[in-house]
Amino acid sequence: MTKSKLIEELVLKQSSLSHKDIDLSVKTILELMVEALENGERVEIRGFGSFSLHERAARQGRNPKTGDLVDLPKKYVPHFKPGKELRSRVNKNFTN
Amino acid sequence: MIDGKTLTKANMAEKLFNKVGLNKREAKDIIDLFFEEVRLSLERGEQVKLSGFGNFELRDKKERPGRNPKTGKEIPIKARRVVTFRAGQKLRSRIKSYAGSD
Repeated sequence: MTKSKLIEELVLKQSSLSHKDIDLSVKTILELMVEALENGERVEIRGFGSFSLHERAARQGRNPKTGDLVDLPKKYVPHFKPGKELRSRVNKNFTN
Repeated sequence: MIDGKTLTKANMAEKLFNKVGLNKREAKDIIDLFFEEVRLSLERGEQVKLSGFGNFELRDKKERPGRNPKTGKEIPIKARRVVTFRAGQKLRSRIKSYAGSD
């Protein structure tokens, strides 16, 4: 499933909004989540999951080409924790 | 982990109302439908790739031995399917620069 396929699905399921409105809504939802994380905020969607930032400590690394030592500053990476409903729904049909 | 404000469906709806011009009902509905569509896809066993944001992937875990941390009793952790999120390049680079609160 890609963003454009997801938009198509929503167009089929939602009769009151135009394709253009749905397209803009999906892009805005994603942009709002990125902006929140960018500002160090959490995103919490009940039944789906939460996004937060995790800190990665500063460390020394090496330039893989030259072998030179480089200082890598502290950075933040996005992290997703699936919510209860998502976890159980994904696992529901799974049998091995 | 960083403390601070939290974006929820409620304030997302508020912003969609202001930015896109949907009424509150429509904004709430489209947000619910969006997350439900992602869940449905993952439930079917299909990954979700959202360019500019990231990919929701599925990983199948094998059964492995585990332990009840309270009693110390050995119990198997059953085979299961889990969702993982891989942030896209664009999201990563926008976040990296976050200066932090300390």
